[in-house]
Order: sequence, then structure tokens, then C-alpha cells
Amino acid sequence: MNIPGNLLYTDEHEWISVDGDTGRIGITDYAQHHLGDIVFVELPEVGDSFAMRDAVGVIESVKAVVSLYTPASGTILEVNEELEDSPELLNEAPYDSWIAVIELGDKNDLQKLMTAEAYAAFCQTLED
Amino acid sequence: MPKLIFEKHVTNSNPFSLPACDIPLPEISETIPAHFLRNETTALPEVSEVETVRHFTELSTRAYGVDSGFYPLGSCTMKYNPKINEWAARLPGFAGIHPCQSQDTVQGALQLYYEMQEMLAEINGMDAFSLQPAAGAHGEMTGIMMIKAYHQHRKDYKRTKIMVPDSAHGTNPATANVIGYEIIEIKSNERGLVDLEDLRAKMNDEVAGLMLTNPNTLGLFEEEIQDIAAIVHDGGGLLYYDGANLNGILGVARPGDMGFDVVHVNLHKTFGTPHGGGGPGSGPVGVKSKLIDFLPKPVVVKNEDVYSFNNDLPLSIGKVKNFYGNFGVIVKAYTYIKSLGAEGIKEACQHAVLNANYLRHQLRDDFNIPIDRLCKHEFVINSKKQSAYGVTTLDIAKRLIDYGYHPPTIYFPLIISEAMMIEPTETESKERLHEFVDVMKTIARESAQETDKLLNAPQNAVIKRVDEVTAARKPIVKWEAP
Repeated sequence: MNIPGNLLYTDEHEWISVDGDTGRIGITDYAQHHLGDIVFVELPEVGDSFAMRDAVGVIESVKAVVSLYTPASGTILEVNEELEDSPELLNEAPYDSWIAVIELGDKNDLQKLMTAEAYAAFCQTLED
Repeated sequence: MPKLIFEKHVTNSNPFSLPACDIPLPEISETIPAHFLRNETTALPEVSEVETVRHFTELSTRAYGVDSGFYPLGSCTMKYNPKINEWAARLPGFAGIHPCQSQDTVQGALQLYYEMQEMLAEINGMDAFSLQPAAGAHGEMTGIMMIKAYHQHRKDYKRTKIMVPDSAHGTNPATANVIGYEIIEIKSNERGLVDLEDLRAKMNDEVAGLMLTNPNTLGLFEEEIQDIAAIVHDGGGLLYYDGANLNGILGVARPGDMGFDVVHVNLHKTFGTPHGGGGPGSGPVGVKSKLIDFLPKPVVVKNEDVYSFNNDLPLSIGKVKNFYGNFGVIVKAYTYIKSLGAEGIKEACQHAVLNANYLRHQLRDDFNIPIDRLCKHEFVINSKKQSAYGVTTLDIAKRLIDYGYHPPTIYFPLIISEAMMIEPTETESKERLHEFVDVMKTIARESAQETDKLLNAPQNAVIKRVDEVTAARKPIVKWEAP
């Protein structure tokens, strides 16, 4: 299971990459593996604001339909429209295939997220 | 792949002629405005009568229902539909009446309707029932509309949220969303039941109610239902019962006694009427007395020995179905209840629970059972033991097709990874259950020793393994003429 060290993680298997006042969000390798082939992604609207852990989008695979929760509060600055036509990118390269960029609402939210190490341990507990 | 009827088109192959019309007909352009008239011909296929019959007869042989074989579709209660129900629904006094007939000419039908309202109320421990909703999700919608009407009538406008457990059927959050509620998800604990701490933390004066299935989608009885009801009621909310799994407690326990305020039942699951393509369904909704005023109108009432529709319900949420619901289905379910009787209904439930627990014990050596304790009418296994061979639950399901079984529900509930839900129902014999167990054990052995048989399944079916990924990513939903 690939878990890059430079990202922060949620227990819903999203990642966030922080750059100054913005964060890039996506789903983890664990998430894409367990969802199976992803067939549809519903992206948030640019300009919409969300609280931490609000559902901002929907990911549909052959097995399930799940919500995408934002790891941190903020306003959507940009979405990865390429995923609308090529949802399989989330399976192929989950850490390159970002879903949205948000302007962070409250940087304290980041304190509540897991480091790569903590997330790896968390995933291990799910497998046991 | 078999050809579509469109692909069987042969020009001039269906030269039928209608007898000359013996009344004068106006020109079509005189009766229909020009902008509604089509100038080109329709693209309907021309196929001779015998080829048309063959086409649809061939398709009909591919249908699989509980009359063809075992159908352990978890969460769907695919029980046998006794044929006496069909006899009753076809009686001329039921089949030949019209919903616009005057009430004094359909007293028998109204009596059955009234008695069905009363029987469902008794079975569920509720005070009144509406038989209008056309199926389960429609029943849910009706129930949540009544919950909303109840709060608004009390001028309690703060309640904008509905709580739903993470093990719930997808229709629960979908229904609440359609009625305009925000969804709050309640977590399950390690025993597969509602986490009371999470429920307590999320219950407040913005919550209109909790939608709950009991037994839940893991087939487990929510043992703390009275505490759950107290938390919701103390917070001013109402408790909604999703009747999908009523078969697990039917005749033994009643939602009304557990504290539920609104209930929907699926006649097509629990009460032996056809399900799925054989429907239609029927999803009656029951309420406690405090919600009676909000029931859809009309309801059937009895005065002395005369039955009539009562439309005088000023607080009613209104009509939710044209006329009075799927009446033929109501006749079938009425027949089911009357032919089993109170004791028979209880026994059916007990056999459903016994069959599920028996299968669970028979399968536990070969398959992982994430929550392996006494269940009600269904239980959940997964493919954890088979995953080392690269076998998924999907592969197991596909292989079951090769052995002539309809695969159970898979990848649901979402809280169990690689889930497969097995619900045998009460109508299967011990011999049939053992045949299924033997097949499942064979599949477990094949997983380790002949993995390809699973990965390439089904091989014995008309249609082999379909490419579900491409079908979902690039669906072709319309036939185009070449």
C-alpha cells in the first residue's frame, strides 16, 4: 500500500497536500484499492465553501457509491475536470490524481489529521 | 449476444392488414395540430408474428425467479409466492372492478382494504395504516413526509436533519434528501449495531428523526432499540422503521412496541407477493396515533357494516398514489396473511431465522463471517479467506451462476469489506440448503485449487463475464441503426 510521507490523511481515506494557504485533496491508494474500478466522479463546484469533513463530492465504483469528505474546511478554488471523463485515473495514480484545490478555512483543521505513519497504522488495524 | 428485436427487422416481413373502419374518420391533420404531427416514419422494427413470439419466448426462458430456483438475495426476502395469492387476485370481484366505481358496488374490495389496514396495524403494533405507497422507497417517502408534516404542524421548523446509520439501505438517505432533509450518518459499533454514544452526541433539536432497519442490514437485531428510541424521543425526534427486514421478527416482535412512530412494510418482501420484475410492489405505511392526522388520504373507514373512503383529513399530506395503491398486490398479501394465520406467520419468521443460522453454521468453516453470532433472517460473509488466491466476492457470486443459483447481494452493507449477504428465507427446505452449502464448499475449494474457474465465471451461462467497468464508464444506453 503506497502512503507518501509528505501528505496528511483522514480516517475516510482522503489525503491533503498543503502548500501555504491552499490544500490539494484526493483519495488514497487504500481507498481506490478497496473501491475497485472507479467509474464516475462528481466534483464540487468552484467557489463553494465547506466545513471540515463535509461531503464535497461523490465517487462511484463498480462496488459502491461513496462520498468524498474534505479533510479540511475551506473554499473550492479549482477542480480536476479531467476526472469527469477519466475516472480511472483515481485507480491508476491516486496521489497524482487530485480532485480539488481548496483555500484553507482554518489551518487548525490540519492538526486533526493523520501523518503518513499514523495512517499506515490505521490501515493496518482495518486489515486485521 | 442475442439480437435485439430491432436487429431482426426485415422490411415488409409483417404485412398485416386491418379491416376497413366502418365509421367515418376525420383527416389526422384536422384533429392534431400540425406542429405535433410527425412527418417521417417510426423506427419500429418489422418482424413477422412468429419471429416476434419466438424472440420474446426465448427472452422469457432467461428469467430467473424463485420459481426457477434458490434465490438467497440478502436484504430482499425472495420468498416463495404461494399460488393461492394469484388465484385470489384474479377473482372477478377483485380483478374486474374499476377504481371509479361507486363505493356501494365495491363493498367487498373496501372490506378487504379496511381489514388489511387493521391487520398490518396489529402485526406492526401501530395505530393506523395507509396502503397507498407503491413500493418500499415510496413508503419511506410517505413516512418521512408525515414526519416533516408532524414537526411543521407543531411549528417546530428547526428540525432540518435526519439521522441514518452507516449500515442503512441507500434508499434511507436518498429518501430523506428528496424530502429536503440533511443527512447525519450514525456509526455502527464493533458488534455491528448502532453506536449509542455517536447517536447521543448527534441527537439535538435540529434532528427530525432516525431511520432504522431492525434487524439491520447485517441481519442483527438492534438489541438496544429501547435506548435508541429514548434518545431520539427525548431529543424531540421521531423514529422511522424501515420494514425491509421485517421478515426477521414477523409475528414475534413489533416495531410499535419498540418505540417506532412510523413504519413501512414491503408486501413484496415480507408478505409473499411477487418481487422485482414480477411486481409491482406495495409499501404500506403505518403510524402511531399522534401521526394519524397526517396519513395520505383517503383512508378506508368502517361505519356499522358499511365501508367508505374518508377524505376528510385536513392535515393529510395528500394523495401519494393515483387511486388507492396497487390493489391486486394488497389482495395477494391479504391472502398470504389469512392463509397462514397468526401462528403461521410467526412460524414462517422462526423458520426464516432458523434457516439463516443453519446456513451460517454450515458456511463458517469455509468462509469468513465478520460478525459471527446469532442472526435473524440473514447474515453476511466475505471473501477474506479466499483473497489470498486473488479471489473476490464478485468472483464467488459469478461462480454461483455456473451452479444454477442466483447470486446473493454483494458489496453491501458498505461497512463490511467484500460483503455477501445471504438470506435463505423460510420457504427453503433443509435438502435445498444443503445443496447450496455443497456448492459453496466446492467454490471455496476451487478458489484455492482451480482459481481460474472463479476468475472466468460464469462459463455455463448464456452471457459470460461481462465487462462491468466499461459498461459503467462508457454505457451504451440506446440502440442506433447501423
